[in-house]
Amino acid sequence: MNPLRTINFILLFWCFVTLAPSVFAQQTGSAEQEVPPELAALGADSYAAKGEAIQALVASGHPRTRTWLTALLDGKLQRLEDSGRFVIVTENRGRDWTVIDAVDDAPLGEVSRRNIDRITINNALRNQLRSAMAILDLDAPSERERLASADRLLGEVDANLAEPLAARLEAEESPAVREKLAQALAIHRLQSGDSEAISDAIDTLSGSLNPAVRAALNGVAAGEGDAAEAAQQALASIEQKLKLNRAAETLYFGLSLGSVLVLAAIGLAITFGVMGVINMAHGELIMLGAYTTWMMQQLLPGQPGLALILSIPAGFLVAVFAGIIIERSVIRFLKGRPLETLLATFGVSLILQQLVRTLISPLNRTVVTPEWMSGSLVINEALSLTLNRLYVLGFALVVFAGIMLVMRKTRLGLEVRAVTQNRAMARSMGIRATRVDIMTFALGSGVAGLAGVALSQLTNVGPNLGQSYIIDSFMVVVFGGVGNLWGTLVAGMSLGVINQVIEPWAGAVLAKIIVLVFIILFIQKRPRGLFPQKGRAAEG
Amino acid sequence: MHWLAKPATERSTQVFIGVLTAALVAVCLLNLLLPAGHPLHVSTYMVTLLGKYLCYALLAVAVDLVWGYLGILSLGHGAFFALGGYAMGMYLMRQIGDRGTYGHPVLPDFMVFLNWESLPWYWHGFDMAWFAFLMVLLAPGLLALVFGFLAFRSRVTGVYLSIITQALTFALMLAFFRNEMGFGGNNGLTDFKELLGFPLSADSTRLGLFVASGVALGLGYWLCRAIVSSKLGRVCVASRDAEARTRFLGYRVDRVQLFVFVISAMIAGVAGALYVPQVGIINPSEFSPLFSIEIVVWVALGGRATLYGAVIGAILVNYAKTVFTGVMPDAWLFALGGLFVVATVVLPQGLAGLLAKFKRTGPAASAKEVKEATA
Repeated sequence: MNPLRTINFILLFWCFVTLAPSVFAQQTGSAEQEVPPELAALGADSYAAKGEAIQALVASGHPRTRTWLTALLDGKLQRLEDSGRFVIVTENRGRDWTVIDAVDDAPLGEVSRRNIDRITINNALRNQLRSAMAILDLDAPSERERLASADRLLGEVDANLAEPLAARLEAEESPAVREKLAQALAIHRLQSGDSEAISDAIDTLSGSLNPAVRAALNGVAAGEGDAAEAAQQALASIEQKLKLNRAAETLYFGLSLGSVLVLAAIGLAITFGVMGVINMAHGELIMLGAYTTWMMQQLLPGQPGLALILSIPAGFLVAVFAGIIIERSVIRFLKGRPLETLLATFGVSLILQQLVRTLISPLNRTVVTPEWMSGSLVINEALSLTLNRLYVLGFALVVFAGIMLVMRKTRLGLEVRAVTQNRAMARSMGIRATRVDIMTFALGSGVAGLAGVALSQLTNVGPNLGQSYIIDSFMVVVFGGVGNLWGTLVAGMSLGVINQVIEPWAGAVLAKIIVLVFIILFIQKRPRGLFPQKGRAAEG
Repeated sequence: MHWLAKPATERSTQVFIGVLTAALVAVCLLNLLLPAGHPLHVSTYMVTLLGKYLCYALLAVAVDLVWGYLGILSLGHGAFFALGGYAMGMYLMRQIGDRGTYGHPVLPDFMVFLNWESLPWYWHGFDMAWFAFLMVLLAPGLLALVFGFLAFRSRVTGVYLSIITQALTFALMLAFFRNEMGFGGNNGLTDFKELLGFPLSADSTRLGLFVASGVALGLGYWLCRAIVSSKLGRVCVASRDAEARTRFLGYRVDRVQLFVFVISAMIAGVAGALYVPQVGIINPSEFSPLFSIEIVVWVALGGRATLYGAVIGAILVNYAKTVFTGVMPDAWLFALGGLFVVATVVLPQGLAGLLAKFKRTGPAASAKEVKEATA
């Protein structure tokens, strides 16, 4: 017997016999183990004794309680066969397992698995452990963690847990956690059989949107008597609330899709609506914006957030630059020939697509979503809004407001409107129409670039990104009425919502077809869109 | 029938029909008489390829009829082409009978695969050739009639109409991609065996289809020529150049537009129907907006409002496509894109306009019309 083991043995012996380990406090280290009595008790032989030990451990408030209970539940709390030392197995693959000391986490290296004994538990103990840990979590300092653990307790409360939970409820300060705990207890009371307690519980539960609550209420509602009726009523009101929430969710998704459409279409509304230029390469300008985001993230590895923010001006500039090239090299030669402009810019779009395929890759590129944009905003149990869509929605509105400001309040906007209404007259007033053309086209292209930056957060970035939006964006502009930015906003948002409303019962593809057919029919009825231009501008 | 015979007196039609006939006869002779190793021998593969080009040329003539003479830029003519193709494809599918992979006597393979119990109602009748051939005309014709009626009555023209036609073909593409539609979904219709009892894999059938495409092109060209040189054609050109003025003169512009649009759609349908047995497959990609807009560039390159320009453009562009996709596939979209730009910016009157410039006779007048019309 080596001396170390002897010491260990003696130490453990002392622990068990004297139950006064503090005497050795100064001497313990990784070499020796001083076992607190609460932990030692877990090593008892009978399951009943272990159950009592768990209760005692929870009651003791020992700082490592949670670690031990978790390890015990996972079957990782074990003892070395020879020394009886309590260890936690961290790696249990292969012949030799890596273990750490259960008391102070000191690494003990690898031990042959034959020399370790697991502290066994049965199903009853497992349940007890889970509830015990749930209660423990309710002591967590942050309200968020307490709420999460209270949430986990819904439908899991049993007779053992009810009492400590009720005590916990008294002590709880946060109203949100209190509500959750009350619901958890109420679900338990539903099964109690005492009619008063049941009707009380139903009162507590009505209005909750949690699926566990609904399941419990469904159980009661299936029965007979007053309680069942009350439960049915509660369920009906819950159903009502759920419907509202679902409607809100559809609306949110619709607005989100709408915001994407508005972003994609607003640049088009400027070039097509204001200038009368059909830019079929608009989708590819969006694509360039998206690829700019990707490029920025490649240039700034590990900082996706910063890269994304920098891509907003970068995407704008790249698209503006591309737009100016397109305007100067193609569009200016086709003034007043809209159909030819359409064809030529379509050619440009093919070239740009192929350029990306050749220079970068025909495959999709992934753009990382920064941390502050992922996750979702939880409104209640039935409704949570994904953050990236929320940001894009906000971004779309900001861009729209910006464009409105430029068009209404700046000199450029004034000149653009003048040239749109009467080119010859505007020129004779000293406005340089050619320069205005370039600026307008550049602005429209830049907005397409911004749309691309936003879209990179929602969809795959690939050479076909633009193509998939071009028809939709044209539909939005045509539906809203050419030359009317408000029309574009209203049309984009309403098409998005209509699409989302139809989608659940028609499927995504059919919904799209229905929307397209709807617009085709709508245009027959109102050829100038929702908000037609009035007066002289309409003639042009 | 005076107006139908009128093209016979036109020099351009005489030349066109003459060249077409000569080409057809030459290809047939070179294919049949020369041995396979001879340098001038035209292989059956080449015959089928040429047949495909002729179908495209007919399609281009149909587009030129509405774009060149009516001023309606349809970005959805591929839809009519594909509908005609699907009608033919359905007939060919029914002709397979129990020779399919699953050996079902009535249901096509893909329906057996999708566990369909019986033939959907719209597949009935396609086992009869006359019905299928009628549908080749009626399916695109009806779509054009309904769509055109709604559009022209509301005076939807210009860019609006172009975009709506594009949306139309896009919507149809999405619809035909769905398996539930009963048109074979993604894969479309394929594995055809025979047409009117002639096996499609036989060389003689392929040559026959080539000749049929050539004859169809000749007839289609003739019909379009007859329409544009009739009084109706004058009204077409008038409504293209000054729609409101023509309306004020008392012509029902919408009816003229509808009539010509439907005729054009039917011609496109015939082109599709002849195309399908030659390539052996029809799938929803024919509905893609890209294909429809490609047709327009054939016409634009060849020369708008000349009809023969459309034929030249279609054959040239598709020949280039065959060459490019064989030699360097990546460059094709660059070339096509460049073609769009060149055809509109540098050659607004197309190759036909270039020809006319050298000759200073014939089509110059109509080419000039185009330039003015587009302003």
